[in-house]
Amino acid sequence: MREITIGQYIPGNSVIHRLDPRTKILITFAFMVLLFVIDDFTGYAFPAVFIIVASLLSGISLKYMIRGLRPLVVIILLTFVLNLFMIKGRVIYEVGPLDITYEGLHQGVFMVLRLVMLIVGTSLLTLTTSPITLTDGIESLLKPFSRVGVPAHELAMMMTIALRFIPTLMEETDKIMKAQMARGADFSSGNIVKRAKSLVPLLVPLFISAFRRADDLAMAMESRCYRGGENRTRMKQLRMTYADLVAFIATGLLAAGSLASRFIW
Amino acid sequence: MAAEILAESVYYQYSQAKDLALKDINLRIQKGEFVAIIGPNGSGKSTLAKLFNGLFIPAKGSVRVDGLDTRDRENIWKIRQKAGMVFQNPDNQIVATVVEEDVAFGPENLGVPPEEIKKRVYEALKIVELTDFDQKAPHLLSGGQKQRVAIAGVIAMKPDYIILDEPTAMLDPVGRREVINTVKRLNREEGKTIVLITHFMEEAVQADRVIVMNRGRVVMEGTPREIFSRVEELKEIGLDVPQVTELAHRLKGRGLEVRGDILTIDEMVECLCPLL
Repeated sequence: MREITIGQYIPGNSVIHRLDPRTKILITFAFMVLLFVIDDFTGYAFPAVFIIVASLLSGISLKYMIRGLRPLVVIILLTFVLNLFMIKGRVIYEVGPLDITYEGLHQGVFMVLRLVMLIVGTSLLTLTTSPITLTDGIESLLKPFSRVGVPAHELAMMMTIALRFIPTLMEETDKIMKAQMARGADFSSGNIVKRAKSLVPLLVPLFISAFRRADDLAMAMESRCYRGGENRTRMKQLRMTYADLVAFIATGLLAAGSLASRFIW
Repeated sequence: MAAEILAESVYYQYSQAKDLALKDINLRIQKGEFVAIIGPNGSGKSTLAKLFNGLFIPAKGSVRVDGLDTRDRENIWKIRQKAGMVFQNPDNQIVATVVEEDVAFGPENLGVPPEEIKKRVYEALKIVELTDFDQKAPHLLSGGQKQRVAIAGVIAMKPDYIILDEPTAMLDPVGRREVINTVKRLNREEGKTIVLITHFMEEAVQADRVIVMNRGRVVMEGTPREIFSRVEELKEIGLDVPQVTELAHRLKGRGLEVRGDILTIDEMVECLCPLL
């Protein structure tokens, strides 16, 4: 679990860190769309440069971000291999009954690039934005949709509470596990079925306690006058600055450049 | 408008329970007081606390906070702003992932303007002496610190009354001392009215007035000195008395000339020295 860098926040005070979360979310979305729209290698030079520049500005090394790919290596390899063998075309090498084609190789490399850039690019968002700021950004972006029934505030509140209680529940899991192990429970041996079964005495008390906590928390929130998102103010106001404008313009230029490149070459 | 919490012939029953949780409670808590409520498990003291800020509504009788009746749903938010509440489990009452955000939660709900919230948050953190912890994640704090964050969250709503429902029950001795010192300071320096529910007799001794509950009724009421000199009665309902009071009581039983209402070690020393 510790090795996963995706979704982790690295505190800092760089330009990228200080951007409005809404800017970063929107740019990340645009970036993702762009990656799917571009269909040639030359076009990919633009998002690649974009990632490199953003990582330099954020002070988080590319090496660190690429290390974050490690848990996804299997998926990436699978994508490559499937593309390599499944696409018909000019055969360049034969492995038993399977053919490697030029088109397959091309497509395989292309898809891997797309995946890698997708993961690294989106992880930049979470690496440079604290979960709470991210939540504020999502709430603010969804707010216009609350009129058509999107529960923007409620979703954000749920995310905040989830984030708040992850460490608490992890601690509790650890405590219950140790308590059950002290009484002879075995969590680490046997086949998958046996291991899954051994989790029951862990999950039951964990669920009961989670519900009890939910009840307590609801009462504490009500005591502090919580009554949903209406008429609520926020201590920290989100504010767009000059830097946000620059970021939007840079993203726009990137998109234009990568789309135009196919006509130039 | 009356500046007090007033409970008049209050009865309360939990929906699935056979017996009444509270029977004929009549209490008046005046502004500026420090009241401790003690009683054995299941005596109704926590239930009573939840009636004070409208979390529970009396089945019969009325509870009024500064003249506002908790039965009237329109008053409920005003009442909860006036009578803040701190709960037993420090983990289960902190909402946000950063200390300052959590302290801001109450005022945000009240619709206080952002600049004013910031001011209130820092004032509150100063009062509980956690100014340097504003950017910390709550789960990295000690129990006593978490409980002080919870207290700051209540202070930031500018309440007149602070009701604490066994705030030290899950803390170690150090945390307990931190919280009780904070509570005392809130009463003496900030002029907040304190209702402290506890089962630690040493904490109850600090109050101006002690209310003893048993089986849903108020059975004794008076200054700590009056209450704790009734050692036998307290023991009968399953409560302890502070250790020194117990000692004094026993010495008296052995025929020594010791006062029966000793509450602190200093008093004990004063009382014993002339006897040597």
